[in-house]
Amino acid sequence: MQHDFYLAWRYLCHHRVRTIILVACLSLLATLPLALHVMLDAGETQMTARAESTPLLVGSKGSALDLTLNALYFNAANQSHITMAESDRVGQTGWADPLPIYVRFRVRGHPLVGVTLDYFDFRRLTIAQGNSLAMLGECVLGADAAEAMGLKPGDSLPTTPENLFDLSGVYPIKLHVAGLLAKSHTPDDQAVFIDLQTAWVIEGLGHGHAEGKKPSQSYGLPFGQVENHLIHDAKLLTYTEITPENLDSFHFHGDPSGYPISAVIALPHDRKSSTLLKGRYIGNEEAVQLVQPLETIRGLLENIFRVGILFDAVLALVGAAMLLALGLVFALSMRLRQRELQTIFLLGCSKTKVLRLVSAEILLLGLASMLVCLALLEFIQLYAGGLVRLFITP
Amino acid sequence: MIAVDALRFSYPKDGFCLEIDEFNIETGEKVAIIGPSGVGKTTLLKIIAGIIRPDSGKIHVDGVELHQLSDAARRNFRITRIGFVFQELELLEYLNVFDNIIHTYRINPVLDLDYSVRERAHRLADDVGLGNKLARMPGELSQGERQRAAVCRALLPNPRLILADEATGNLDPANKSHILDLLFEAAHRANASLLAVTHDHELLPRFDRVVNFRTLLDIRHIPPFPEGRSANELARHF
Repeated sequence: MQHDFYLAWRYLCHHRVRTIILVACLSLLATLPLALHVMLDAGETQMTARAESTPLLVGSKGSALDLTLNALYFNAANQSHITMAESDRVGQTGWADPLPIYVRFRVRGHPLVGVTLDYFDFRRLTIAQGNSLAMLGECVLGADAAEAMGLKPGDSLPTTPENLFDLSGVYPIKLHVAGLLAKSHTPDDQAVFIDLQTAWVIEGLGHGHAEGKKPSQSYGLPFGQVENHLIHDAKLLTYTEITPENLDSFHFHGDPSGYPISAVIALPHDRKSSTLLKGRYIGNEEAVQLVQPLETIRGLLENIFRVGILFDAVLALVGAAMLLALGLVFALSMRLRQRELQTIFLLGCSKTKVLRLVSAEILLLGLASMLVCLALLEFIQLYAGGLVRLFITP
Repeated sequence: MIAVDALRFSYPKDGFCLEIDEFNIETGEKVAIIGPSGVGKTTLLKIIAGIIRPDSGKIHVDGVELHQLSDAARRNFRITRIGFVFQELELLEYLNVFDNIIHTYRINPVLDLDYSVRERAHRLADDVGLGNKLARMPGELSQGERQRAAVCRALLPNPRLILADEATGNLDPANKSHILDLLFEAAHRANASLLAVTHDHELLPRFDRVVNFRTLLDIRHIPPFPEGRSANELARHF
C-alpha cells in the first residue's frame, strides 16, 4: 500500500500541471455547494440574530420585508416614511420604549442613519475612538465604514445632495466625525450615525444662516411697528457646516412631530405590553403597521433556502458533467500511459496492482482536493460574516 | 536451466506460428540467439519469461514447470527469478534513477524492499557508473546511461536467468561493450544463465554458444505472407 501511494505521488508530482488542474477542478466542485451553504448559514445566523434582538418595528404600511430590511439592515429600499408623532405615540402607550430611526440618505456609499443616543445602548455599540454624538452636525462611524472611508475622529465628511438640481430639498452639510464605533459584526459597522435632528437638517427641515439686517428706517405699518423685523436678501449667508459658533443659528420650521422617520423600534416592557401594543396596530386604518422582524426574516430565509435548494440541484448537474469530463481526462491519460503500464506488466506487475496504483492516484487527488476545499471553506467561513453583511447592507 | 520440449505457440490474429522441438541452456551458460526480425526470437524470450503461455509443449526454467503455472504464479516467478533487459522496457519518466532501479520491488509484494536491497541498488549503480546520478530523472540521462539503469533494475533481484533482447541495439560501441560486460559479470557472479537476442555479430565471440534461430524452429505462417513468400522461402532466407 505504501509503495502504491509513493509511486502515485511521484507520478502526480512529475505531472504537476495536470495534477494542479485536476485538483483545482475537484476542489472547486466540492467547494461551491459547501461555500453556498456556509454563506447561507452565516446569512441566516446574522439576519436571525439581528431580527431576534429587535422585538417590534413600527413603520409605514406596505411591505413588511422592506420595512424590516430598511430599519434593521439599512437597506436602501424605497420605504415610505412615518412621522415622529408615531414614535411619541408608541412612547405614550406606556407599553414600550420607542427608538425612532431615519434611514434615507447615503454618504460615500454608506447608509446615513439618524438615531437617538438610546440606539447605541440598545445595540450595545461602544465608542472605540473619540466621543459619541454631542452636537448637531456630528457623526459617529461604524468600524467598517470608518476603515473604508479612511476617516478618524476630527475629520469631516461632507454629505451630498441627492441630485444636482435638488436646490430646495436636501441640504448638504459638512459632518464632523466625533467618534468611531467598535466593531460589532452587524450592519451597524457599515453605517454612519447622526443625530435625528442632523438628519432633518440634511432633509432641509432645519437650517442655519447669518443674522438678517435690521431695517435702516422704520416703515409705517398699518397695525404699528413690528418687533425684530429682519430683512433677508439674496446675499444671506447659509451655513453648510455646523460649528459651536453658528450652532445657535440653526433652527427648524414647522411642527417637529410631523418630521419624517423611517421606523420606530419598539421595545416592549414585557410580554403583556408587547401583546397590547400589537393589538393596538391590528386593524389599524392609518398608514402605519407593526411588524415582528423575526417572523418577517424567517419568511425571507425560507425563500432563500428554497433558492438554495435550486442552486444545489443546478450545481449537482454541473458537478456530474464535470466529473464525467474528469473521467474522460483520466481515461485519455491512461491511454497515454499504455507503454508505462505495459512495462510494469512485463516486469511482473499484476492488473490488480495497476488498478491499485491508479486508485492511489485518484485517492491522492481526492485528498489534495479535500484539503484545498477545507482551506477554501475555512477562508470563506472566516470572511462569510463580512461578505454577508456586504450583501445585506448594499 | 532452460529446457524447451515440443513447444508450439501461435498468434491467432496474424497466423504466426512458432514451433520448437527442443532447446536447452545449462546453468551459467551465456547464449546468444541470432536470426532475422519477425521470426519469433522475442516471442521465445517472452515464453521463457512466462509472459505468454505456449499453446502446447513443455518448458522448464530453473526447475519450474512454467507451462503448468497460473498467471499470478508465472508473474511471481518472473519477477523473482528473471532479469529483463528489453528495449521496450523503458525507464519510467516520473521516477528518478534510484526509484527506477528498485521499481520491481514496489510493484509486486513477492519482493521485499528492505535496507539490504537499497544498499545493493546503490552498489549496482556505483558499479555501472551511475552512483552520482541516482537522483536524476531519466530525461536527464544519455541513452547509454538509461540502458545501464535498466540493467541495474534487471539485476537487482539477483535473477537466476537474464534475458536480453537487443539490449545494446541503440548504443555506441563503447556502451555496447560496457552493457555486455555488466551482464556477463552479473551472470558470472550469480552463476546465472544469460540468453541474449542480438543482431550485433561483433559481440557473438563473447558468448559460450551462439544459436541460429533457424536451426531451432519450424516456423509457419498459416496465411501466406503479404509479399506472397511461403514459410519455406522464409526459412531458406536464413
